Amino acid sequence: MNLNVNINGVARVLACNAGDMLCDALRSAGYTEVKKGCGTGNCGVCTILLDGVPVPSCSTIAGKADGREITTIRGLEKEASEFADFLVAEGADQCGFCTPGFTMMVLAMKRELVSPSEGEIRHYLSGNLCRCSGYEGHLRAIKKYLEASRE
Amino acid sequence: MSEPWQEPIDERPKEQKPQEPRQFREVSHSIPKIEGKGLVTGRPAYTDDFAPRDALYVALVRSPHAFARIKSIDASKALALPGVACVITGKDIVRIPYTRAGQGDPEPSPRDKFILDEYVRYVGDEVAIVAAEDEATARKASSLIQVSYEVFESVLDFEKSIDNPIVIHPEQEIREMFPIGFEPRRNIASSYEMNVGDVGAELAKSDVVVAKSFLTQAQSHVAMEPHTAFSYLDLHGRLVIYTSTQNPFHTRRILAQALDMPLKDIRIVKPRIGGGFGSKQHIHIEPFVALVTLRTGRPARLALSRKEVFESTFTRHQMRISMRAGANRDGTLNVLDMNVLSNTGAYGEHALTSFMVVGSKSLPLYNKVKAVHFGGNVVYTNKVSAGAFRGYGAVQGNFAIESTVDELAHALGMDPIAFREKNMIQEGEKSEVFRIMGEGGEGVDMAIESCKLNYCIKRGKELIGWDPKRLAWESAPGKVRAKGMAIAMQGSGIPLVDMGSATLTLQDGGWFTLRVGATDLGTGSDTIMVQIAAEELGVPFSTISVYSSDTDNTPFDVGAYASSTTYVSGNAVLDAARKMKKVMIDAVAEHYGCEADMIGFDGANFMAEDGSVLVSLRDLSFDTLYHNGEHMKTLTATGSYTGPKSPPPYMAGFAEIEVDTETGKVDLLNYVAVVDCGTPINPNLARVQAEGGLLQGIGMALFENVQYTEKGRLLTNTIMSYPIPSREDVGKITVELAPSFEPSGPFGAKSIGEIGIDTPPAAIANAIRNAIGVRLTETPFTPERVLMAIRKAAQGQA
Ligand code: FES
Ligand code: FES
Repeated sequence: MNLNVNINGVARVLACNAGDMLCDALRSAGYTEVKKGCGTGNCGVCTILLDGVPVPSCSTIAGKADGREITTIRGLEKEASEFADFLVAEGADQCGFCTPGFTMMVLAMKRELVSPSEGEIRHYLSGNLCRCSGYEGHLRAIKKYLEASRE
Repeated sequence: MSEPWQEPIDERPKEQKPQEPRQFREVSHSIPKIEGKGLVTGRPAYTDDFAPRDALYVALVRSPHAFARIKSIDASKALALPGVACVITGKDIVRIPYTRAGQGDPEPSPRDKFILDEYVRYVGDEVAIVAAEDEATARKASSLIQVSYEVFESVLDFEKSIDNPIVIHPEQEIREMFPIGFEPRRNIASSYEMNVGDVGAELAKSDVVVAKSFLTQAQSHVAMEPHTAFSYLDLHGRLVIYTSTQNPFHTRRILAQALDMPLKDIRIVKPRIGGGFGSKQHIHIEPFVALVTLRTGRPARLALSRKEVFESTFTRHQMRISMRAGANRDGTLNVLDMNVLSNTGAYGEHALTSFMVVGSKSLPLYNKVKAVHFGGNVVYTNKVSAGAFRGYGAVQGNFAIESTVDELAHALGMDPIAFREKNMIQEGEKSEVFRIMGEGGEGVDMAIESCKLNYCIKRGKELIGWDPKRLAWESAPGKVRAKGMAIAMQGSGIPLVDMGSATLTLQDGGWFTLRVGATDLGTGSDTIMVQIAAEELGVPFSTISVYSSDTDNTPFDVGAYASSTTYVSGNAVLDAARKMKKVMIDAVAEHYGCEADMIGFDGANFMAEDGSVLVSLRDLSFDTLYHNGEHMKTLTATGSYTGPKSPPPYMAGFAEIEVDTETGKVDLLNYVAVVDCGTPINPNLARVQAEGGLLQGIGMALFENVQYTEKGRLLTNTIMSYPIPSREDVGKITVELAPSFEPSGPFGAKSIGEIGIDTPPAAIANAIRNAIGVRLTETPFTPERVLMAIRKAAQGQA
């Protein structure tokens, strides 16, 4: 089947089979920035925005995206790259496999929450797992990033 | 003589030329990881991002039984499915025993695995390979393959494996490559014994003796990127495999042996990889894509599902460790006795090496004992195979020893820290264990040139607020807060086994390429290698471009494991940079007809003795490549390194917990770790390595609870059923680096990759002991186990 979608501002036709998950459909179409870590909605590395709302694309049926707007990390390149400056300055990026999904979520959080507390940050991002970093560096980077963007 | 360029090039072998601590330009700075921004913004980087679009998808048929013989395989339905390219079974390939452990030659693991065999030995073992035009078809086809099995009874309890009438590996062809105590008829993959002094007599003489038995679980790695590979035949007909591996060169060698192919016909490339932690130090997927490509001539790709990663890659070795230790009233530790039983699962990958590390990376912490014994067996079971996992053996050994030592301190009524300080290893000292025990063979007799354990403990005490009189207190009704600690050591590569190399080449324009066989797992080692090269050459970081981990295009390196990269591969880069300076200066000397030792280099220009500029680096590069007529040549140098020793990093880890005495739940509020890793080449990257290692150790201590069904099927095979720690699961983790300098390391560096994982199980167990008065001896410390312990203690008191 064919899906009419808008991906990162560009109208595209996505070919997929009924029952395919959005994550696989996107990767097959060349959107390799969407990673797949668990396939069961438990790790967050496949996070994308569907009509501006973060969803795990591995547990979203591709058909659900028909006629809707999909944003991957490449569609948020400018913002993502601003956050990346803070993340790499902290040395908080390790293998990086979790980072596109995790960064999508950080950017969504920034839009949603004004001055989140440490607890709120941990909670908002709790579905985004990272096996490398111990999360401490993420937290340092997020705090500095949010602070800088408030200024 | 203060300018670096004025230093004469010293030609003495490097071990005779100890380095001194000094101010660094590039090293010891937290330079952002080179690929960091690219990864955050989602640029193609990992194996599967580069898979050819026309590649066949590979799927595997796996055993549903823990132990069975394949009677027949009927693939006709699968082959009839449109889009199926091939089905490969054991009958189609040569039966060659090999080991999936990514280790040197000859492998210290038994060659006890076949790519496809007539027997399956655990739920998840490979039965057949299917390839199809798309993933759905490949999976569908694999489900259509009909296999009939003769199902056997299995051995699931590793404590009942030795001499069990059920023999897991009765086959004739399997073998050990050198004596490792391999007795497959008895279900023993490996065994080992060592002894110093008279353990029995020392125990008898000791005022206080503690005897405890510990059990650690088979932790799963859960690297976020599943194991992934693709293969194709290049224009010359050679087999090229891109794969998420930690050791491209071992993979090439082992694959060539397992497929009976010439080594020269295989090229292995490792792009970025999404975490390893040891899980990718194995040959898990490469044989399957290779066989499909060789059979069909077409590209083939395979990305394991998360379930397959859990069920059919490896785990940490589950271990039973029985400890006896004795001390005198004055706090002198006399003797340590360690008997270990390790569960290697269905196959013996890393059986001996991970086993020996249990002793070799924990016993030397207490090097003044008068007697020490270590020994036991590694046994087969019909469970998921165990393999390399960050801190293998060391974390299990640390849990046993640091729990036992703590218990001794309790028995003596001493502050557990004071007891450790009295007995632990110090700078300048040796341990008999270093000499006797290596990894798979004899060790090396080394003296410890850098050990800042005293500092680590002192600083950790300050950060956690250690008061021996207040190690536990009631924080609220039904809640007890407590503190506990442990110390740890690791190694830095395997001495005289691990080897790394690096090649520097001057390019036109005055910049360098650095090619290294070393394997960056996300640790930042590519960045670190450039820092080391830039420091030694005296050139800016930005003028070196690094390319790593490609068996055709980078020089040899064993790969990333055993905490080897910074120390071993880093020393190789240092060697290459020293040689490169000499090569460049010789070229200048030749061109200007002056003496090489009169020429200086400041990172941009070559200068005569009087300080006048002879030629710039940029011009030299153009001259040697374009202008020098018959003297034109590529300026390049290759360095190699193998460590004559393996200097241990050290850590002191402190846990502050809160135990809910109603539910048994343990909350980790604060974990403080102070680590001596020598000079941190990149302090931020060193810190995040330690933080990440600690969290994995905390996961092992508190959350990661492996479960099997009675039939030997892994129940914890999703991230939901096997929860790794999330951001909300732990309080604060604080890591500090101790000022330290290891003379044999590159610019004073040791290692940091593994040590972080070692202390949490023991430190948290010690805190729980302080909180509830009971010693927990089995990881993880789940609420049920803690509650049981509290109840048992209450019964004991009643
Ligand atoms: S891959 Fe989608 S949540 Fe893990
Ligand atoms: S950086 Fe590797 S999983 Fe987060």
